[in-house]
Amino acid sequence: MVTEGLTRLATPPVNAALAVSGINALYGDSHVLHEVSFTLNSGRVLALLGRNGAGKTTCMSSIIGFLPPRDGEIRLFGETITRLSPEAISRKGIGFVPQGRRVFASLTVRENLDVARQSRAGVAVPWTLDRVCDLFPRLRERLHQHAGSLSGGEQQMLAIARALMGNPRVLLMDEPSEGLAPLIVTEVGRTIARLKEAGQSIVLVEQNLKLALDLADDVVMLNTGRVVFSGGVDEVRNNEALLTQHLGVF
Amino acid sequence: MQFWVIQTLNSLALGGLLFLLAAGFSLIFGLMRIANLTHGAYYMLGAYIGVSILKVIPNLWVAALLGGLTVAVFGGLVERFILRKLAGNELGQVLVTLGFAYIIADFCLVVWGGDPIPVPTPEGLDSPIEIAGFMFPAYRLAVVAIALATGVALYLLMERTRLGAMIRAGVDDMQMARAVGIPVSRLFTIVFCLGSALAGAGGILGGPIMSAYPGLDFDMLPLALIVVILGGVGSLIGAFVGSFIIGFVYTFGIALFPQFAYVILFLPMIVVIAFRPRGLFGRQVA
Ligand SMILES: Nc1ncnc2c1ncn2[C@@H]1O[C@H](COP(=O)(O)OP(=O)(O)O)[C@@H](O)[C@H]1O
Ligand SMILES: [Mg+2]
Repeated sequence: MVTEGLTRLATPPVNAALAVSGINALYGDSHVLHEVSFTLNSGRVLALLGRNGAGKTTCMSSIIGFLPPRDGEIRLFGETITRLSPEAISRKGIGFVPQGRRVFASLTVRENLDVARQSRAGVAVPWTLDRVCDLFPRLRERLHQHAGSLSGGEQQMLAIARALMGNPRVLLMDEPSEGLAPLIVTEVGRTIARLKEAGQSIVLVEQNLKLALDLADDVVMLNTGRVVFSGGVDEVRNNEALLTQHLGVF
Repeated sequence: MQFWVIQTLNSLALGGLLFLLAAGFSLIFGLMRIANLTHGAYYMLGAYIGVSILKVIPNLWVAALLGGLTVAVFGGLVERFILRKLAGNELGQVLVTLGFAYIIADFCLVVWGGDPIPVPTPEGLDSPIEIAGFMFPAYRLAVVAIALATGVALYLLMERTRLGAMIRAGVDDMQMARAVGIPVSRLFTIVFCLGSALAGAGGILGGPIMSAYPGLDFDMLPLALIVVILGGVGSLIGAFVGSFIIGFVYTFGIALFPQFAYVILFLPMIVVIAFRPRGLFGRQVA
């Protein structure tokens, strides 16, 4: 309890891209996140892991503003975004790839990308329709197709591309490999690796442990809404006890 | 034969006016999930304001433009300062929008009195034109043309502009629309103003056919509801097709079986709700 109190008061490091400090989130009376804190450093990939129902998606919802935390604070490059609306949070620079993709089904691929376009001062090479299509050539072939008619893998690519069109300073990805064929999972993984190389700061929620550990620099584990581990990826990789206890991986 | 021709044209004209009313109603419902029960009152308010404008500027088109603008401003204020606070509170929305409908009705009664006020047909359109031996009331044709032009303009706005795509994104998944930075709250105001403007302009454009009278609001509101349910919520094409279907059903129903007018009108709607709850065009291409 004492340490939790301290975490909340402690100022996050200066190079923190995203700092979540002591947030509590509730659905009505159901208390889902308890004093959750973690810090994503600029240009790094942080894997947020945990069993089904651990609170990973709820964490994303709190950051993007769907479920503002009851208390605690969320800062983006030092600036608080805790009680802003989702559109304001997006405009501050959080990109969001939701679980289940949630592309705009009745819009064409092109329109999906177009409506999400945002310019951001200080971005050297901004994302454009052309550049996201270079990243996902399949989208270019399908620009005029309705997003609802795409395959699962293509919808996932579109969801990622759509988030990139906002030129996010921090990208949140909630289970981007969920329900995809192995080949597509590999492709999505490669894309995330390329984004990381380009300096994109990413919070990655994944059930696919191998994918997550391959990409991550840092790992945060949630169990029943509490942070139970937070550290470097190397501390996790060979720690079977930790993985078994909190993820059920053997 | 002349009976059928005239009734057909009456149906089309009513369909056109219904479209002006229902297009905004449907867009508002589709995007904001608000059943704007004030919409019929906006139509009536537009008619009365148009009547007053006509006294100063005797030009129906100018009156429609200014009447539409005035109602748009009013609708925008209601949205910004009241409806906005009621997001997710459906009962509150029903009470507020219904309450405004009654307040506007009382206001109109006080300002413009209880007698129907006829609206003169614009010069040049006031005499029937003859086509293939039949006499067509020219103004009704003009109303149909205006509705068609409005339909095309709205279609282009919704389907060919970024603003329209943003609105459709909001209809698809409001929460995700916000999360990709679409300024949904600004869209609400734009759509509400647009819908109110169309309703208000429709009221005065309907004036030469229906006049302005107390009760016009609640004569029109159920028709708009039926159109939207029939066509599919949030669907522009649905509102268009539904408007003309209801225009025909209502006009011919009243002309042929006056005692069953409401049965004829509401029975198809009940059938649609029971067997095709999303309407004819619901939730596909807006
Ligand atoms: N909309 C909701 N209303 C109520 N409880 C919810 C809702 N969404 C998730 N929960 C609950 O919150 C907990 C965390 O869920 P979630 O964040 O989706 O977990 P994860 O993404 O880690 O699988 C679960 O117990 C879940 O049942
Ligand atoms: Mg989840």
